[in-house]
Amino acid sequence: MTVPLPVFVVLPLATAFMLPLFGKKGKSAATLLANLVTIGLVVMAVSTIGQWRTYEVGRWSIPLGINLVLDGLSCLLILAISVVSAAAMLFSTRYMEQYTAKSKYLCLFMLMVTGMNGVVLSGDIFNLFVFLEIASIASYALVGFGCEHEELEASFKYMVLGSIASMFILFGVALVYGNTGTLNMAYISRTISTNGMNMGLTFALGLFIAGFGLKAALVPFHAWLPDAHPSAPAPISAMLSGVLIKALGVYALTRVLFNIFGVTVTLGWIIITLAILSMVCGALLALGQWDFKRLLAYSSISQVGYVVLGLGLGALIIAKEGNTAVASLAILGGLLHLLNHAVYKSLLFLNSGSVEMATGTRQLREMGGLAEKMPYTRATCAIASASIAGVPPFSGFWSKLIIVIAAIQAEYYWIAAVVVGVSVCTLIMYLKAHRYVFLGELPEKLKDVKENKGSMLLAMSILAVLCVAMGLLVLVEPLRAGVLEPAVKVVMQGLDYSVNIIAQK
Amino acid sequence: MNGMTIIVKTISSWVKVLIFLFGIYIILFGHLTPGGGFAGGVILASSYVLLMLAFGGKSAEENLSLGIASKFDCAGALLFIAVALVGLFYGAASFFYNYLQQDVEAGHETALRLVSAGTIPLSNIAIGLKVGASLFLVILTLSIFRPESPADKKE
Amino acid sequence: MPYALCFLLFVIGLYCAVVKKNMVKIVVGILVMEYAVNLFLIMLGYRWDGIAPIVDREYLTEGNNITNAFLSHAVDPLPQALVLTAIVISLGSLALMISICIRTYEKYGTFDITEIRRLKG
Repeated sequence: MTVPLPVFVVLPLATAFMLPLFGKKGKSAATLLANLVTIGLVVMAVSTIGQWRTYEVGRWSIPLGINLVLDGLSCLLILAISVVSAAAMLFSTRYMEQYTAKSKYLCLFMLMVTGMNGVVLSGDIFNLFVFLEIASIASYALVGFGCEHEELEASFKYMVLGSIASMFILFGVALVYGNTGTLNMAYISRTISTNGMNMGLTFALGLFIAGFGLKAALVPFHAWLPDAHPSAPAPISAMLSGVLIKALGVYALTRVLFNIFGVTVTLGWIIITLAILSMVCGALLALGQWDFKRLLAYSSISQVGYVVLGLGLGALIIAKEGNTAVASLAILGGLLHLLNHAVYKSLLFLNSGSVEMATGTRQLREMGGLAEKMPYTRATCAIASASIAGVPPFSGFWSKLIIVIAAIQAEYYWIAAVVVGVSVCTLIMYLKAHRYVFLGELPEKLKDVKENKGSMLLAMSILAVLCVAMGLLVLVEPLRAGVLEPAVKVVMQGLDYSVNIIAQK
Repeated sequence: MNGMTIIVKTISSWVKVLIFLFGIYIILFGHLTPGGGFAGGVILASSYVLLMLAFGGKSAEENLSLGIASKFDCAGALLFIAVALVGLFYGAASFFYNYLQQDVEAGHETALRLVSAGTIPLSNIAIGLKVGASLFLVILTLSIFRPESPADKKE
Repeated sequence: MPYALCFLLFVIGLYCAVVKKNMVKIVVGILVMEYAVNLFLIMLGYRWDGIAPIVDREYLTEGNNITNAFLSHAVDPLPQALVLTAIVISLGSLALMISICIRTYEKYGTFDITEIRRLKG
């Protein structure tokens, strides 16, 4: 069954506008519809594995029209987005009962999914900007959803910084259009590879790194993340940390740098510097946190640094015309870590949401000894913490191992040492979190805490199973060749992306 | 919010109809003259703003209640998606395809007339409806809700 | 040369959004940045002694094709479509920003961001 590509964008959009029609009486029907749509998106995403297609909207052929492109990298990201959004939606059927205006929450959630799917599928750089804005504005509203003091402050900070980033990106798009005369990504890359870069295009490249880097929360653009992620409701934190910063930030940066502009040695070093700063600063700042979700947010910054490190290492090796096997290994590690982090970070945020719903607090000092009261939450949290710290045989171990091997084979031993060091820091911080939340003794006021049941447990268990099963993605040959290798090939082929698309029309 | 004097009230109750009509004209002729769905929708919403300024905050809400405006909003968006989706099922055509497009055929000259250019006027009408309803809701919600009432944030 | 002035406007907006302490002034700074980028986009498509890209009866030949005189004189309509989309997006973003400002004022009682600092660390 081949699904036409616009369905990935139109289905959540139509759902988003049908949900407010249900009104107050049809709240459960609305929730059911939203759950069915997200599960349907997972099914469709799985059915597109291994395909390479373009779709011209309105039968206007490029470069006059807009096209949608589904290649290996888009496939990987659509898979991640649909799985995490299905789990988050399942979790929020119970969790969002404590907020009012649930139908508006569902509408905004679907708009966010629309925006992310659109960013990942778009083949035209202005279309990418429009969908990026849709997803960003929906997420600004969702971060401040329960209108308490801290949530509004966090939402305002996030919104100001996000709007400035979007303006940088739009300015970059305008400069690119002025210098190349077209907006289609394949044609832009062809024009740049024939005409070379001039000052306007270099400035546009700098603006894109700043803008997309701010959406991806790379240091020094990370200032919004430690406030925005803890203040959001737990399923929204899971979505933000799990897929939004990757679909809007890392994917767009990869597409622009590898496929449109082409990598150079300076660019590779800039990206590696940003990545190492993110990894180190995120891990060190997370060690001193006493708020559970804030600790998870800082750890997100450092894990995104891992992903960008893998991609940057691959970029540097490609630009230096080194061993392409090592470059593809580095990129494979980066993309596998992207997928892994989406799964286990969202599981950790859902765990923290379940703990918060049961105990009513997020501070580590006020919790303790929840191990016998909430056994399922403790088990899933232990699995996720072991994954993120890189304990074998869980999924996080494989991706970190691949990055370390790639760094050693490329003879950048200091990078490998930094990766191992940050992994040790990550292990320390998660041991601290686990000890304070689940072990230790139960304080007085938490004596009647009960385990959460129903859909929240189901969502958390699905993600926990995936955590363990992702390790198979690397070891089992057909899965790796089907899911991961096309993505790596797309990134490695660099400027040949345009050749394939223009030949298709 | 209180209203204004009786002169303003009388004149504005006539002028708001003219503004509404002008908005509809901008939407319908969007494929021939500048304007189109968005600009026409803004003008539609501004006729309600005039009502709100001249008569006081509550009267706009009595004229068109929030619930109905929200339904118009959703209906506009769903109409736009429906217009685009019909193109998907029309023979071998694709999404957003302009399936009502007619060229010079059978002696009819259909360029530069009101009924021409295929599905573009339908999309304009859907967008105008949506934008008008959305802007009306935004301005009404921001101006008449006070801190003690349990208002939700609406975009 | 006009492009440099656009960039100057962009930098002024950026300065205002970063330095000012009143929330509403920050929002105005972001708006000025958006105007600067829209202006830059429209100026990209400009052509000296150009006419508006609206096809009228006099620019159509018998077979309903567009005359060459139109094509060589009209300004580029693509940046105008981009700017229309960007204006709509900034309208949505502005509505959200203003509503958050109003809600924050209800909770904290002030618009000054140095006093709205409950989140630390």
